[in-house]
Amino acid sequence: MSETVLSVRDIESFYGKIQALHGVTLEVRKGQIVALLGSNGAGKTTTLKTISGLVRAAAGEVQLQGKPITSLAAHTIARLGVVHVPEGRHVLKGLSVKENLELGAFTVRDAHVRAERMAHVFELFPRMAERRHQDASLLSGGEQQMLAIGRALMHGPEVLLLDEPSMGLAPKLVTDTMRIVKRLNETGVTILLVEQNARLALRLAHYGYVLENGQVRMQGSGEELRADERIIQAYLGGAE
Amino acid sequence: MSLTDILIQQLVNGLVLGSFYALVALGYTMIFGVIKLLNFAHGDIYMVGAFVGFGALSLVSGTIGAGWMGIFVAMFVAMIAVGFLGVVIEQVAYRPMLSAPRLSILITALAVSLVLQNAALALTDGQVTAFRTDLGFGGVSLGAVFVNYTQIVLVASAIVLMIGLELFVSRTMYGKAMRAVSLDKDMCRLMGINVQRVIAVTFFAGSALAAAAGVMAGVQYGRIWYFMGFLIGLKAFTAAVIGGIGSITGAMLGGLILGLLEAFATQIPHIGGEWKDVFTFGVLILVLVFKPTGLLGKSEVERM
Repeated sequence: MSETVLSVRDIESFYGKIQALHGVTLEVRKGQIVALLGSNGAGKTTTLKTISGLVRAAAGEVQLQGKPITSLAAHTIARLGVVHVPEGRHVLKGLSVKENLELGAFTVRDAHVRAERMAHVFELFPRMAERRHQDASLLSGGEQQMLAIGRALMHGPEVLLLDEPSMGLAPKLVTDTMRIVKRLNETGVTILLVEQNARLALRLAHYGYVLENGQVRMQGSGEELRADERIIQAYLGGAE
Repeated sequence: MSLTDILIQQLVNGLVLGSFYALVALGYTMIFGVIKLLNFAHGDIYMVGAFVGFGALSLVSGTIGAGWMGIFVAMFVAMIAVGFLGVVIEQVAYRPMLSAPRLSILITALAVSLVLQNAALALTDGQVTAFRTDLGFGGVSLGAVFVNYTQIVLVASAIVLMIGLELFVSRTMYGKAMRAVSLDKDMCRLMGINVQRVIAVTFFAGSALAAAAGVMAGVQYGRIWYFMGFLIGLKAFTAAVIGGIGSITGAMLGGLILGLLEAFATQIPHIGGEWKDVFTFGVLILVLVFKPTGLLGKSEVERM
């Protein structure tokens, strides 16, 4: 088994007085795609936000390569290589595509490395190269998703947290996005994937967790979960 | 003087005035950009800049004189010192208020304004201080219009500062981060940007520009006093609104437009001169009524 990159132990998080996570524990190993599934409000996004430091954990611990990061500021956690692509993509509208990518590598000092990564992103997403001087607000939804992922790659992630990359995209683009996720993983990127579309996610994932009401209800390898009756009933909309 | 001469003369006056407004308006608009605060203490930052510049010039005039050399050294000192003052104000007064209701931080800004004004009042006894320089009265004549070198150098300095800011904002990583912070703070955090530090840098830059304008005003008008920031603060706010608050190019444009409007307004028969402030704020009201987003502003600008 490969080493553990990210380990989350019993985290509890609150929004004001409302408790969103009731002790979530999960593990992401190097080179894996781990899927985090569950219905709306199950705590998937909150789990990612707690890992990346946008939401403070009230209890529990998050470790990156064995070192606790729970109490660090969000920008410090990002610097350490936990790169979170939030739900809704959040490309910076008002800045060009190229500037968005450059800011993804804000913490990278070496100009040579930055240039190399930019070339890599342009190779992966030729559309971004074509549109590099355009304002990010002019991109379509699918292109914005490419930009959001490209920007995360500029950073050089130890682990990539992807929140609903397929949300709001046309069916063909959903398949494209999943292909990109798979391809990234094949080039060595470790991914924690939050996805509504459990069927697609489990096809890619090495391992999966199912959240319900802020707790892990089920876990197992991609195949195990895909075969599980309860999952089929609840998330895959009956028999395939 | 022919009408053409008068218009050229006012064009020159308007450019000088407009560059002061633009420099102060830039800080207004940058600070609004990153923390959505109308920093009503910004005019007083300009006033403090004038006094720090005056103090620095008094110190260096013995060795390098109070000519341009001394003035630029004094301006540099004032920009650095007042830049840090801006950072301190941000950390002490505004940062604890960032999660409070918007009105609270606005009132805090008014309080900071009063603190700065009253500190200056106490230190100067409310007296007007003469801002003496060794600059001569030389200049160039364009027909009947006389433009002195001081005005030319001041406008040129303001332009250099604005070009410098534009390059900072469009070319450097910190400048780009500043624009990013004004758009989406949480996303900036996720990219590893220390948002608090970017806000501090913004206060530094904005306050330094206001300080430069304060020193320039001292040089141009020869007198400084504790209340000098009040009116220009309101006018710079007007300029920022005309240009579209939050927009850096807009602030430059708005400052220039307002300076020129005021200069030309003094020439309107019967309502010129004393009425120029009425004219300025009349324009503010018109802009707020008919184009509240300003010339270059975005439509999602938050209303206060």
